[in-house]
Amino acid sequence: MSVKESTQKSALLASQARITPAEYIQNYIKRVSSGDLGSIPIILGLLLIAVIFQWQNENFLTARNFVNLIVQMAGITTIAYGVVFVLLLGEIDLSIGYVSAVAAVTMTLLLREPSGWPWYAAMGLALLAVAGIGLFQGLIVTRFQVPSFVVTLAGLLAWNGVVLIMIGGAGTVIIQDKVIIGIANYFLPAVWGWIIAVAAVGGFAVVQVRHVLNRQRHNLPVTPMVIVIAQIVGLAVLSGIVVYVANQDRGVPFVGVILLVFLAGLSFLATRTPFGRYVYAVGGNKEAARRAGIPVERIRVIVFMISSVMAGFGGIILASRLRSVDTAAGGGNLLLNSIAAAVIGGTSLFGGSGRVSSAVLGALVIASVENGMGLLGLSSGVKFVVTGLVLLIAVLVDALSRQSRSQSGLA
Amino acid sequence: MADHPLLELRGVSKRFGAVQALSKVDFETRAGEVMALVGDNGAGKSTLIKGIAGIYPFDEGEIYFDGNKVTIHGPRDAAALGIEVVYQDLALADNLDVVANMFLGREKKKSFWRLDEASMEKECVATLDSLSVTTLRSVRLPVASLSGGQRQAIAVAKAVMRNSRLVILDEPTAALGVAQTRQVLDLVRRLADKGLGVILISHNLHDIFEVADRITVLRLGQKVAQFVASETTQQEVVHAITAGTLSHVPGMVVEE
Repeated sequence: MSVKESTQKSALLASQARITPAEYIQNYIKRVSSGDLGSIPIILGLLLIAVIFQWQNENFLTARNFVNLIVQMAGITTIAYGVVFVLLLGEIDLSIGYVSAVAAVTMTLLLREPSGWPWYAAMGLALLAVAGIGLFQGLIVTRFQVPSFVVTLAGLLAWNGVVLIMIGGAGTVIIQDKVIIGIANYFLPAVWGWIIAVAAVGGFAVVQVRHVLNRQRHNLPVTPMVIVIAQIVGLAVLSGIVVYVANQDRGVPFVGVILLVFLAGLSFLATRTPFGRYVYAVGGNKEAARRAGIPVERIRVIVFMISSVMAGFGGIILASRLRSVDTAAGGGNLLLNSIAAAVIGGTSLFGGSGRVSSAVLGALVIASVENGMGLLGLSSGVKFVVTGLVLLIAVLVDALSRQSRSQSGLA
Repeated sequence: MADHPLLELRGVSKRFGAVQALSKVDFETRAGEVMALVGDNGAGKSTLIKGIAGIYPFDEGEIYFDGNKVTIHGPRDAAALGIEVVYQDLALADNLDVVANMFLGREKKKSFWRLDEASMEKECVATLDSLSVTTLRSVRLPVASLSGGQRQAIAVAKAVMRNSRLVILDEPTAALGVAQTRQVLDLVRRLADKGLGVILISHNLHDIFEVADRITVLRLGQKVAQFVASETTQQEVVHAITAGTLSHVPGMVVEE
């Protein structure tokens, strides 16, 4: 094969020959010490939060509270998934809080008599409606070249108004549908928790090993198999602990599985598809993307639709948890917590850098802080101050690591 | 070397309102040769390049590619002919790695809408190898972490990979240090040695004399001289740039 010959002659490939596990770990340490910290600060932060709250209140690290935490973080996480995409473009979407409420209220009103729609139709139409909102906002941003900050700020006001008009004098609308309530209130039987954990770890293992084998077949440098196996075992242990602990209480929350499915699907979209590649490219250098023939404006519109639809899912999850919607839906600090989650998780506000998984890590931090302080019986004033400080620390860690990276030429 | 030029422009003109940016310029470049295009600011270099690249059409004149008369109505037409421009500001996305940048906008795909990373990486390495770009530690590093010379090399390699036949380089060494300029000039030479036509725009005559085979001088929208690099001196070229004889007064209608 001529292709094979050309790769064997390759001077470039020769210079990056097979990496041994020791070299791999050395490279990793070098990367970290030069300031590319990845998820390390946030994981240390989570440990710190766990230690502090457990020390103050022994109920923090219990199976019951752990299961609560997953349910509490679900809404923010789902909305933050969409925020990650918007931030990757270097844009912002301030309408997501009330867009989530529009979806929840639309669905709830359709479920209720006199319309009495089945759950899937009500949910489908609600999501379609918010997809339309995303399309509308995205088109205004791109057609008229208006900053997304302003367009979605207008959205924030307008959709809040729409929610109030839709709910009308009722004040609170109760959800009766069992399936919708089950989204955030159903817990998997112990066996199913294990089955899903095995399936998730197995799926991860298959993807990773196939990736390595594929690169080996093409004679490309690969991550050493030992490291890959260590990663798989690490994930297996982690999910084992999660399922075991959850099963001590009510079981794995169904909404946790939804979060996982979104994580897998959206990570795939962001990192494995041309679309995801274009999102990063537009966020990194819009002009380069345009010259490369990427339909920049179409990508931006689609991302605003993703943001709205994920907000819609988040709103439905939050409504399911409360078993109702009221005039306060989508308000409070939902918007800022969702954006903060993506940023705390490590997604840059300036576009082009970040991961879908940062939504999970960031939301976990925010939910832990709120949950812990709730256990300690602190006032919501204190909660806001602490959450604000956590966000500030996250941004500072990011800024410092970026400085250190640019000093070592890795920025 | 073929007996007809790879690209030949005959009597091309371009006018922007009252400004005659190019008047009756003849220009040619051959496969396997580096043709330098020099001239002071406002001499019409960029206008000429943009006309070839299809950014806007020439008002008059004919374009021959490979001996055949062609019309270039847009960048797409130019790309279809195999004409690629490497712009001064590079057009690379800093946050993406080398492979992603090289294939930006023309990614290879597998089933289920997936990127075919392995074959893209392989082709990327092969292309960089063919240009003897060996200073990279890895093709999976983000472009932001590369030096100016490496980035310029990636931008050039990106143009080469598109099966191009004519590569136009707009001031490729303008922002580079000594060693990096060296790298890029070597690369320019290798492009020509591979049989591509290369048009090099530069203000640096020293660089030009190092790599160019021939030099075309524009002044006030007209071609005032064409030299064979080995048979001329820097002084002669400077003289042509600043005081080359114009065949007609700028702005006047040319009588044939």
